Amino acid sequence: MSEQPRPTHDLRAQVLRVVLPLLVLATGVFAWDVVVRAGDLPPYILPGPGLVLATLISDWPVLSSSLLVTLETTFDGLVLAFVGGVALAMLFNLSRLIELSLYPYAVILQVTPVVAIAPLLLIYLPQQAAVLACAWIVAFFPVLANTTLGLNSVDRNLADLFRLYGASRMQLLWYLKIPAALPNMLAGLRIAGGLSLIGAVVAEIAAGSAGAGSGLAFRIAESGYRLNIPRMFAALLLLSITGIVIFALLSALSHFMLRRWHESEVTRES
Amino acid sequence: MTMQDSSAPGSPVVSLHGVGKSFATGTVALEGFDLDIRRGEFISLLGPSGCGKSTALRIIAGLSEPTRGTVTWAGGKTHREQAIGFVFQEPTLMPWGTVFDNVFLPLRLSGRPRAAAAARVKESLSQVDLADFAQAYPRELSGGMKMRVSIARALVTDPSLLLMDEPFAALDEITRFKLNDDLIALWRALGKTVVFVTHSVFESVYLSQRVVIMTARRGRVASTLAVDAPNRDAHFRTSAEYAGFCRLASNALARAMDARAGAAA
Ligand SMILES: Nc1ncnc2c1ncn2[C@@H]1O[C@H](COP(=O)(O)OP(=O)(O)O)[C@@H](O)[C@H]1O
Ligand SMILES: [Mg+2]
Repeated sequence: MSEQPRPTHDLRAQVLRVVLPLLVLATGVFAWDVVVRAGDLPPYILPGPGLVLATLISDWPVLSSSLLVTLETTFDGLVLAFVGGVALAMLFNLSRLIELSLYPYAVILQVTPVVAIAPLLLIYLPQQAAVLACAWIVAFFPVLANTTLGLNSVDRNLADLFRLYGASRMQLLWYLKIPAALPNMLAGLRIAGGLSLIGAVVAEIAAGSAGAGSGLAFRIAESGYRLNIPRMFAALLLLSITGIVIFALLSALSHFMLRRWHESEVTRES
Repeated sequence: MTMQDSSAPGSPVVSLHGVGKSFATGTVALEGFDLDIRRGEFISLLGPSGCGKSTALRIIAGLSEPTRGTVTWAGGKTHREQAIGFVFQEPTLMPWGTVFDNVFLPLRLSGRPRAAAAARVKESLSQVDLADFAQAYPRELSGGMKMRVSIARALVTDPSLLLMDEPFAALDEITRFKLNDDLIALWRALGKTVVFVTHSVFESVYLSQRVVIMTARRGRVASTLAVDAPNRDAHFRTSAEYAGFCRLASNALARAMDARAGAAA
């Protein structure tokens, strides 16, 4: 049949999607290694990939406990950002007055660089709370903005149907607006995951000089002062992997929740 | 007039008197629209796109307020006290819900628990031959099946009045013919009053007892055609009688549009 070549074509595209980036990675690591060896660079200028990996393993006790600290901040920040963003969006949707009053401040929080807010928060809040607040500040806005968009883009005929059957505001919200906004909410959550990690990292770095912190970003700053460059790289590598895993997990969650009905998740049989 | 009189067959369920609707944009969708909808009848509103058919239907449903004139319900009730079913041009289903969830919606909104409503939902689904698809999602259904779900949802509250806004316009001809026949069978079996909006002369004549022909702009009733034919089936569709009614309706529609053109010139 004429449809036959398609699946193989899709399969090839999927293999390429995995193989090509891996190829780029391998080339990069190889070039990195060659530069370090050929230039005979000392580890405090640029450690080779092998040394970074070795450091990751040998320093694992320190790094893993730091990873847990950063993960916890990121996760708490994300949960609070999701709950706060969705709740605020619903509030805005129910009351135009509240939306008009508060929306500008949500935007101001978003456009003010978190790097600049972090030192201030560290003065007025206990360190852990300040770090969490930073994660929350950067992560809640995409949830708020996306959820607001979703709540406002409800099918007009469906809204009329709810009106015809005398639905209450709560019924309208619960049975129509929230499900209709779910894809947008999840898109916001996916963005917020990465941002929450960034917020946590920025705050940890800002807190670094204050001393008490022990997250991954704090380790990077600390290793920098001590010229322990291999550990810096190892911590950075862990942070990147963390970011990738967060994104992958949230994408999987989104896929799982929308797989039965949303066009973006449905693979059409040809 | 007593309550008994108003529920007798043939008496008006709802009457529109001098109904006008102007939008803030300045568009006058309806002007001097008069219509009595009689209990148990199948009536079509026929007219070109933009003549105000949907507006008229939405006013009857209470989804839109007339800017002039009155809508009077039998027994002095309001539209809020009516059980009205509405079918849109698109199936208008919730993609996140199963077929069951979608048909259950009107009952859920009136506070009926799921378990208590299940039997009624199933009954409504079997009326449109979809009993086996309760757990399917809308995206898994064909256009015709989605429209059936939409009809089942409109029927689930057992409304006395069913309003349909070009429900089959987007379907292919074969599916449309089938759904036309099914709709007539349902109407016969359930005894609902049906107001059916269409821009198809053939569809209006095939389905209805009365075809209300509307003017092209500033919609009002130009004329009414009674289609006196008891049997609506494949035989009727190919009969000279059907062709005759279609010609009458076409001519009436042409006159309605000319009258407007003349008035505008
Ligand atoms: N909400 C609205 N706001 C402004 N104009 C509208 C609105 N709804 C309908 N109209 C206008 O009213 C006229 C009649 O529309 P409609 O009742 O939808 O016609 P039909 O259903 O016969 O195609 C059209 O000119 C349309 O553009
Ligand atoms: Mg219309």
